[in-house]
Amino acid sequence: MKVPPGVSPSDFSEAIQQFENVVGKEWVFTEDEDVALYRDAYSPFWGEPDELVASAAVAPDGVEQVQQIVRIANKYKIPIYPVSTGKNLGYGGSAPAYSGSVVLDLKRMNRIIEVNERNAYCLVEPGVSYFDLYRYIQERGIKLWVDVPDPGWGSPIGNALDRGGGYLLPQFRNHFDSHCGMEVVLANGEILRTGMGALPGSKTWQQYKSGFGPWIDGVFSQSNFGVVTKMGFWMLPAPDSYQVGTVTVPRFNDLIPFVDILGYLENTGCTNGMPFFGSPLLARGPLGQAGPVPDPELANLLDRLGGPDPDAMDAYAMKKGIPHWSCTVSFYGGPQANAGNWEFAKEKFSAIPGAKFTDGGAYKLPLTPEQQAKFNLPQFGIPSLQMFSIGARSETNPTPGNGHIWFSPIIPRTGEAIFEANRVFRQAAKELDLPIPAFSLPTCYWERAFIFLFGFPITHDVETNKKNRASFKQLVKIAAEHGWGEYRTAPAHQGSVMDTYSFNNHALLRFHESLKDAVDPNGILSAGRYGIWPKHLREAKA
Amino acid sequence: MKNTGIGLAVAFAFLLAAHTHTAAAQQGERVKSAWVKATVSGEGQPRGYVEYQNYCSMCHGEGPGKPGTMALQAKYKGAEPALLDQRTDLTPQLIKTYVRNGISIMPIFRKTEISDADLDAIAAYLTRNNKK
Repeated sequence: MKVPPGVSPSDFSEAIQQFENVVGKEWVFTEDEDVALYRDAYSPFWGEPDELVASAAVAPDGVEQVQQIVRIANKYKIPIYPVSTGKNLGYGGSAPAYSGSVVLDLKRMNRIIEVNERNAYCLVEPGVSYFDLYRYIQERGIKLWVDVPDPGWGSPIGNALDRGGGYLLPQFRNHFDSHCGMEVVLANGEILRTGMGALPGSKTWQQYKSGFGPWIDGVFSQSNFGVVTKMGFWMLPAPDSYQVGTVTVPRFNDLIPFVDILGYLENTGCTNGMPFFGSPLLARGPLGQAGPVPDPELANLLDRLGGPDPDAMDAYAMKKGIPHWSCTVSFYGGPQANAGNWEFAKEKFSAIPGAKFTDGGAYKLPLTPEQQAKFNLPQFGIPSLQMFSIGARSETNPTPGNGHIWFSPIIPRTGEAIFEANRVFRQAAKELDLPIPAFSLPTCYWERAFIFLFGFPITHDVETNKKNRASFKQLVKIAAEHGWGEYRTAPAHQGSVMDTYSFNNHALLRFHESLKDAVDPNGILSAGRYGIWPKHLREAKA
Repeated sequence: MKNTGIGLAVAFAFLLAAHTHTAAAQQGERVKSAWVKATVSGEGQPRGYVEYQNYCSMCHGEGPGKPGTMALQAKYKGAEPALLDQRTDLTPQLIKTYVRNGISIMPIFRKTEISDADLDAIAAYLTRNNKK
């Protein structure tokens, strides 16, 4: 049996026995073959001595059991690492951030406590997946949509705490922002409820977010200050209709007003679906998917030092008769309002000479199964695993890898920033000997900033993974030098990314560490998660 | 008046039922640890079929957007069915190895997700048509 670092075998055996007393022997995993199931299938350290692995796992069935486990862990100073559904692939999966931790597997805590149709919210436990919640509301005919991420087998709580995103209206796409109230087991075993949940008998825990006094929910996301055991989420009342349209603009520099007009339309509520930028000329879609290799003339234009020359690009586009950029905009709501908003959007985009419009259709919701087949299901609150098509074996990808992690910096929501990011990352890709994308377009999960997404393949080849890890770290550094920070990352890179958030001699990290030492003095909870280490491990590393 | 009162009470209760799906005493309603497509009824089906729908069909099922089916189509190019539940050459051991070890981008599944008993049932279902 593997033993956590700094823990004596006798103390660990005693703790394991006490865990078994709490949850039953069946739900404490110490055999190698069972513990191996907690490996991160997409680990950038796969098969290396530095791979982050568990020593054991314990799977409670309720909050009282979580409290008892935390108290036992405190008594014996056992590092524990909570996971919800453990499907945070590309961001650590179910493996701990500190090797040798005991995984606190919350998958069995899968109660849907409340779905309130009238006020459009739910309250769930961490083991509930998006598929579970979708099935629950479908079976009962509840007219609510849940904003699901790609893929949908994760946990609303886990995804929100890692600050993931989805596809519906802006106020739902940011999953942490759309939560309302949480229950947390602290390191000392106490239960804390946030927001209105702090008021005994509160009638509005899932209706008013901030409660009274400091609003602390944020400190439990991307952190290690407590074990979240319940969380409320605002849901979207099933919209009546959906309308979609695509706008194209002809010239290279049109991207600048294109982004600005879209921003106006989104921030005034005209278009409320998630927009998608593309490039017909470059055959580029969202999420950085590789398009076909551009013809040599276009490749040369893109490869120009300092970025493509707009006039030369325009001449090429004119010759080909293909517009440079596209944006798909969508509308949820009443059919007349959707049609009116699409007309208004067209009017605004028409400020760009040569803008053209394609109606994508208006649909009464819910979609029929035939209609669903035409769309990305998460845009209709339907969970899917379709995203795994990227990277899976296919006709165009006959030798798939073993997973991926994302390099995903946040950049400003301007056309200029898109151009600059392409210049910077193209140059970096050359220097780091990485595949060079023709031109990358950002995604629009958040309405006030872009995310650039670049997939790094995970292989089972140690040398390739080593090279990719080094390149990833270098990209993080290069991004930070340009004022762009990662929004989320895998444990292998959390320390490096946290290092870039270094304003005023790492004042933010030092505050996190002060909090950590105060609320978890033995440092038992998720040591190292998001670069936050407890005092005894900071001292050991110094 | 009395009847009207009862009628109103029933109507009120109906409205509550329609609007608040709250399990008794805030204990919550347990869900299966994965998903059954709403249009698929598990009634009368063997456990392995139901668990296959729960755990596997969202990736290995029919229709667009199923990466597992897409990958097996690309791998076998029709020499074997792309749909796992139409195969006749799988062994229980092979199925368990892939579920517990992952393959390519398919991750590992833990026992809190798919129990050994669930996995036995899935393996039995997927090997039901094998030649004896």
